[in-house]
Amino acid sequence: MDLLFKVFIDPFLQMGAMPDLLVQTLWEGLVSGVLYALIALGFVLIFKASGVFNFAQGIMVVFAGLTLVGLHEKGVPAWLAVLLTLGVMLALAVAVERVVLRPLVNQPDIILFMATFGLTYVLIGIGEFIFGGEPKQMITEELGLPRGAIDVAMLGGRVTFQKIDIAAAVIASIMIAALAVFFQYTRIGRALRAVADSHKAALSVGISLNQIWAIVWFAAGIVALITGIMWGARSDVSFALQTIALKALPVLILGGFTSIPGAIVGGLIIGIGEKLAEFYWGPLVGGGIENWIAYVIALGFLMVRPQGLFGDKIIERI
Amino acid sequence: MLRQLTLTALAAAGFASLAAPAVAQDTVYVPLLTYRTGPFAGSGIHIANGMRDYLEMLNQRDGGIGGAKIIIEECETGYDTKKGVECYESTKGKNPVLYNPYSTGITLQLIPKAAVDKVPILSMAYGLSASADGTNFPWVFNPPVTYWDGASVFIRHVLQAEGGNLKGKTIGLIHLDAPFGKEPIPVLEALAKEYGFNLKLYPVPAAQMQNQGSVWLSIRRDRVDWIYNQGWGAMNPTAVKEAVKNGFPIDKLVGVWWAGGDDDARAGEAGAKGYKTLNFHNTGAQFPVMQDILKHVFDKNLSQAKREQVGENLYNRGVYNSMLIAEAIRTAQRLTGKKAVNGADVRRGLEALNITEARLKEMGMEGFAAPVKVTCTDHNGHNKVFVSQWDGTKYVKASDWIEPLKNIVRPLIEEAAKEYVSKDAGWPKRTEACDAPA
Repeated sequence: MDLLFKVFIDPFLQMGAMPDLLVQTLWEGLVSGVLYALIALGFVLIFKASGVFNFAQGIMVVFAGLTLVGLHEKGVPAWLAVLLTLGVMLALAVAVERVVLRPLVNQPDIILFMATFGLTYVLIGIGEFIFGGEPKQMITEELGLPRGAIDVAMLGGRVTFQKIDIAAAVIASIMIAALAVFFQYTRIGRALRAVADSHKAALSVGISLNQIWAIVWFAAGIVALITGIMWGARSDVSFALQTIALKALPVLILGGFTSIPGAIVGGLIIGIGEKLAEFYWGPLVGGGIENWIAYVIALGFLMVRPQGLFGDKIIERI
Repeated sequence: MLRQLTLTALAAAGFASLAAPAVAQDTVYVPLLTYRTGPFAGSGIHIANGMRDYLEMLNQRDGGIGGAKIIIEECETGYDTKKGVECYESTKGKNPVLYNPYSTGITLQLIPKAAVDKVPILSMAYGLSASADGTNFPWVFNPPVTYWDGASVFIRHVLQAEGGNLKGKTIGLIHLDAPFGKEPIPVLEALAKEYGFNLKLYPVPAAQMQNQGSVWLSIRRDRVDWIYNQGWGAMNPTAVKEAVKNGFPIDKLVGVWWAGGDDDARAGEAGAKGYKTLNFHNTGAQFPVMQDILKHVFDKNLSQAKREQVGENLYNRGVYNSMLIAEAIRTAQRLTGKKAVNGADVRRGLEALNITEARLKEMGMEGFAAPVKVTCTDHNGHNKVFVSQWDGTKYVKASDWIEPLKNIVRPLIEEAAKEYVSKDAGWPKRTEACDAPA
């Protein structure tokens, strides 16, 4: 009886007793969720274009962040460093298309997936060789990102909004909207959707598969850079950051691997869900549940919608 | 013809030089299990540099230890237990004199192997606290303090700050959700009963090290008065940042000695001023030993560290660790009369380790650390610890040396050692003789 009370009643009593903490938890979840959505978007773009789950997305976040900070350490002004980093991510996209993807055209998806594993370790090696393994501080101030916090007295307590979190939420939202519009309404976006439907049909109408792949990998690189800046500003830029990117996995399970709205909604559900779960139900089992509860939430949704919230329902003729 | 003759003569000379009796130099092989890559590299690199540079300095300045050149070999573990065991297996055939696992997880895996392979383990201020019991763990050494001592010193520090009364106070342990992070829990639970404070645990899984938002919200909800941080790698700078962000009083966040990297505090920028960490050696490059490292290692471009990192907390930690290694080898040489000692000899050396004030001065370490004495029964020493505080640019000594609560810690250690041994029916009884202290 006591356990039932602790699971089903007490957390809600806590929410009512300390509503300021509930708002703070929801805000933390929202910021995390938007960032998860941004990471998930990087996966979705590549999956839509090539049917490949890009395991290297996490290290791309680290690589982009380290390149930016590394260039700035060499004396390159912050915004020029951003442009140069974008150039590096473009070069990486072209190189991946030429060296990894093009030779593997028509190979089973699992081969391409394994190739992204290889790419992950190559990027880790190159990153550590060039930048070393030490964590680096994001150049938040130099990029003009806001610092400090806004304390708001509300609901009998206080809620703190970090300015960098507000900026992260706003920038990530703009980025997501821009990418959604780009891929929904532009010629390249339509070409991407055609490639996603069928490589052969897209090729037959003159769409260059190689060009589309380079574009989506570059778009994923831009997403990686924004994520690296934002998450790097919240903690720091280190190789540990790549594990955060794997948080996109339950987001993708939930939202579907091919849906941009799915990545957004999935990210928010996972971000807010895991924070609420850790804060209100975590103490019942000694805490530390945030790491796996995201998968429980995703699996719960899968039981109702196996294709994910926004995933395409695959019907095959047999 | 002339050319042919010349070549023949050169070949003959070369052959003759190969055939001449070579004078084999005595050596001691010291494998260093380090991590310069992966999520924990931010802490591991500085320690690896300090360890390597001190041993390299001995090679350059003195030709090694007691006439034996030190063969230093690093093996990259990435702080991964599996890789650490692989490193051990791949190097144990090279006659290592001891192992530094540099991870509690790896240490726990190597403990049962030490007695079998006859190579001692030096887990300096980390590893299994219970292995301080030399009677049950003759091949494992963890001087100068255990995690349990550290937790007791933290509580003593809090007692002092709170006027000797902790009743009604809430003390939190934020810890890496791994064997290392969980180590201080038993002693903190015992101390919570003793002093009447409320203990709250906040585990941080490795994958969440840089995503601690909800943990710090829980700390805010629980109105925690003091936090002890048993973190490592990327967890520490994030914890400092989150403490600053959440308005937690930074001088009430105290890290174990491994949560005292300079980069950990720098991450919190101006708000981190006042962050505390336990320590058992000093910071700074003013000590003669550090000057020798700069002269004999850095000036010859033999270090992987940046010159300005000499004197930082974790670099000095690596130096301290290698000082223990070198002194154990030196003691083993004195006990056996051999230059090229082996693992069994160095086990005796570790057990007879007695680093006095006079010896610290000889080594250029006067004021750097406190004396250390290991005995056959006590493989730790439970030495004094002090509190360091971040002044905005570096750590400074912020307390006197504080004695651990030995009356509480030592019985717990002996009890835990007995329990560990009782779970393994085949655990060998100690047969190793006890040498007289050095």
